[in-house]
Amino acid sequence: MIWNETKECMSRDEMNHLQSTRLVKQVNYVYHNVEYYRKKMQAAGLEPGDITGIEDITKLPFTTKDDLRNTYPCGLFAVPRSEVVRIHASSGTTGKATVVGYTRRDIEVWSECVSRVLAMAGVGKNDTVQVSYGYGLFTGGLGAHYGVENVGATVVPLSTGNTKKQLTMMKDLGVTSIMCTPSYLMYLTESIEEQGILDELQLKSAVCGAEPWTEEMRNQIESRLHIKAHDIYGLSEIMGPGVAGDCVYHKGLHINEDHFLPEIISAETLTPIGDGEIGELVFTTLTKEALPLIRYRTKDLTSINHGKCECGRTTARLSRFVGRSDDMLIIRGVNVFPSQVEAALLEMGEVSPNYLMIVDRVNNLDTLEVLVEVDEKFFSDEIKELENLTKKITHVLQQALLIQPKVKLVEPKTLERSEGKAKRVIDKRKL
Amino acid sequence: MILKQLSVFVENKEGRMKDITQVLKDSGINIKTLSLADTTEYGMLRLIVSDPDLAKAKLREAGFPVSITDVLAVKADDRIGFLHDMLCKLEGNISSIEYMYTLPTEEGPVVILKVANPSEVEQVLENI
Ligand SMILES: [Zn+2]
Repeated sequence: MIWNETKECMSRDEMNHLQSTRLVKQVNYVYHNVEYYRKKMQAAGLEPGDITGIEDITKLPFTTKDDLRNTYPCGLFAVPRSEVVRIHASSGTTGKATVVGYTRRDIEVWSECVSRVLAMAGVGKNDTVQVSYGYGLFTGGLGAHYGVENVGATVVPLSTGNTKKQLTMMKDLGVTSIMCTPSYLMYLTESIEEQGILDELQLKSAVCGAEPWTEEMRNQIESRLHIKAHDIYGLSEIMGPGVAGDCVYHKGLHINEDHFLPEIISAETLTPIGDGEIGELVFTTLTKEALPLIRYRTKDLTSINHGKCECGRTTARLSRFVGRSDDMLIIRGVNVFPSQVEAALLEMGEVSPNYLMIVDRVNNLDTLEVLVEVDEKFFSDEIKELENLTKKITHVLQQALLIQPKVKLVEPKTLERSEGKAKRVIDKRKL
Repeated sequence: MILKQLSVFVENKEGRMKDITQVLKDSGINIKTLSLADTTEYGMLRLIVSDPDLAKAKLREAGFPVSITDVLAVKADDRIGFLHDMLCKLEGNISSIEYMYTLPTEEGPVVILKVANPSEVEQVLENI
């Protein structure tokens, strides 16, 4: 089902035209309402009239997380507080939180965008949707919640935590779809299997996001729970979940392009690169009122495809995320992404995909230790079998990462599970 | 006799053994004997308990990876050379003994053996 055929299936020409009109308007709007942007544009010798369409986008300066920090908390807001109906914030791993705001109209657009993604997952008014993202300053919970209400489905706002209650509600209310982080769903899957209650559930689909995941993880979730798992992407600076999502063909995430103009740039040269090439994703909001952002660098690495999808939608699609340019670890000179470890472990199939990478520097040499949870299904009581397993994991990871890690088996469920986002890396190096 | 042995994976962390004994105590389970094999990072605790199925369920609930393994229990004569004689009998009949330890009982000590084929080995010992 397509939620908004007019917008999701328009021709490329129509979309370019719509985006151009909206971009001109948005640039004018920020110039006149956000002092920080006005100064930035003036410093670059730009006036709003210089931007006549999306082909002029590269003339505009970028926005980064630092710009949001420099103007903490609300310096980039384009409306007075009286127009702001909601605040969210993302907890930065370093430094201050990033505060974002929404007008009533922004909330409506957000709900519309989440509704489109829910429709891709086949969720409609007859569904009961459990929202197991954290509610609060994090955009996941409330963002998902408003989208579910907008499609007319029944929302069960469980937020995160209390696994027992999550499963009881899922069972007793006949929940048909769940929205949560993929790693939290993996955790719930383990508990469902432990309790042997899969047959008592009505679950048909999951819409997961807020952290990068792999095709292997989707396969695991789908086969173990007998459901369809969809990807929803977003970031609080741009809106929250719902910026993009994937349809039943799973050939990339459809971007809600009428509201967010995407670009892929080379992270080194900052110049645009073509379809199919991997680079950093950049978004310009086209309709945001409270916090409009121009060329916001997401740090997410992906590629884009403007071709029409088999599902009938024409909106451009993002390929699976390779990682984040700031998630990338350089260990002994080799680029390593945590997603590579996850993919390798899932492919092995003998261990749980819960891992923690600990990077350190001993005597000027980088070391990588990977803690992996033993999986009860493959558990042997013979030490030599466990030692063989350790050797095998070491070998598989070495093949995938091109550096040799030290692998350590740990008890199940000892590694921190994500209720917001999973912690996968501890970098102890003092550089 | 074939016994159900409980095997628990335990990380080398302070207090982990105590966490296990706490679960068993709270569940009213008696430990008949145990053996602990350790490596630098983790250990394998093998237990013969009064109710292995209940112990397994309770330890799983507490988050320990636990499995039940069939092991062979052989009554030992308390005399010089018993173990040697038994091993001689087994020679050529089993691939290897993975591990062994003893279980004290009112009728004297019992040797616990982990072998790949416990019932066959039991036959061998009975027939000689
Ligand atoms: Zn599609």
